[in-house]
Amino acid sequence: MARVVVDVMLKPEILDPQGEAVLGALPRIGVNGVSSVRIGRRVELDFDDDATDLERQTRIIADKLLANPVIEDFHISVAAEDAA
Amino acid sequence: MSGVVPEERRDRGTGARVGVVTFPGSLDDRDAARAVRLSGAEPVSLWHDEAALRSVDAVILPGGFSYGDYLRCGAIARFSEVMGLIADAAKSGLPVLGVCNGFQVLCESHLLPGALVRNAHLRYRNRPARMRVETAKTAWTRAYGEGAEVVFPAKHGEGRYVADEATLDELESAGRVVFRYLDNPNGAMRDIAGVCNEAGNVVGLMPHPEHAVEALTGPSTDGLGVVASVLAHLNEGAVR
Repeated sequence: MARVVVDVMLKPEILDPQGEAVLGALPRIGVNGVSSVRIGRRVELDFDDDATDLERQTRIIADKLLANPVIEDFHISVAAEDAA
Repeated sequence: MSGVVPEERRDRGTGARVGVVTFPGSLDDRDAARAVRLSGAEPVSLWHDEAALRSVDAVILPGGFSYGDYLRCGAIARFSEVMGLIADAAKSGLPVLGVCNGFQVLCESHLLPGALVRNAHLRYRNRPARMRVETAKTAWTRAYGEGAEVVFPAKHGEGRYVADEATLDELESAGRVVFRYLDNPNGAMRDIAGVCNEAGNVVGLMPHPEHAVEALTGPSTDGLGVVASVLAHLNEGAVR
């Protein structure tokens, strides 16, 4: 089984009200000095052992479904073979 | 397609068939069908995995939470069986209206530009929205006077319209901003409540015209104009 991870983040210019809300809560737990919080999504894909072309296939999945290119960027990382 | 009345002979307008799609999680399909019926047309239920458009003359994608709003609102509905057909038909002129979640589906399907993201204030907004009809040159707004003010209920958590500056400028200059908020309820860029495609047959908006068709239950009856518009549009097509 090969694991590929896709991180999806809102583009920098898109307002992230969720991140803003978390940022606003930080002083209440006694943490200061954080200037920005951005919240994204991590997607883990487990491919079958005999699957090939993982990166290309993941790119298709990320581009067509996992991320909306109008508002989001994505980053693909293929995990090391026996990371688990 | 057997038994279909030839298009040129079909009695459009009151005889028009307006499809209303039901995705798993759609909520406003029944209200949309009711609005169609009140306007004198025939609502036709279209199921999300249906591989036929059942010779409808126009399609409404209703509000709700298709596929639980998982991933992003409208992202999964885009790949449903019926959306493939609707996307193809829209490119050859089929009038398509997306309301709320339906608007999100149209954006995710790239039939309309831009995207709808979390309301800037993070709260679910549920109240009547005052808007200006910015253009009557679409299949779904031609019954309104340009600049007319309408009130439709808005109810959404992810209704903030965003697009890059170049796209927004293009929409403005091409007259493709269809509805504009007078009291922006969600932080939408340039107060945009609804937009259309280049040809004007595909329109999407966040507030709900189908909830504004009877004085008993709506803040106005302004929503009737949306279906009246598409019926006029279809009638003109029949005359041409």
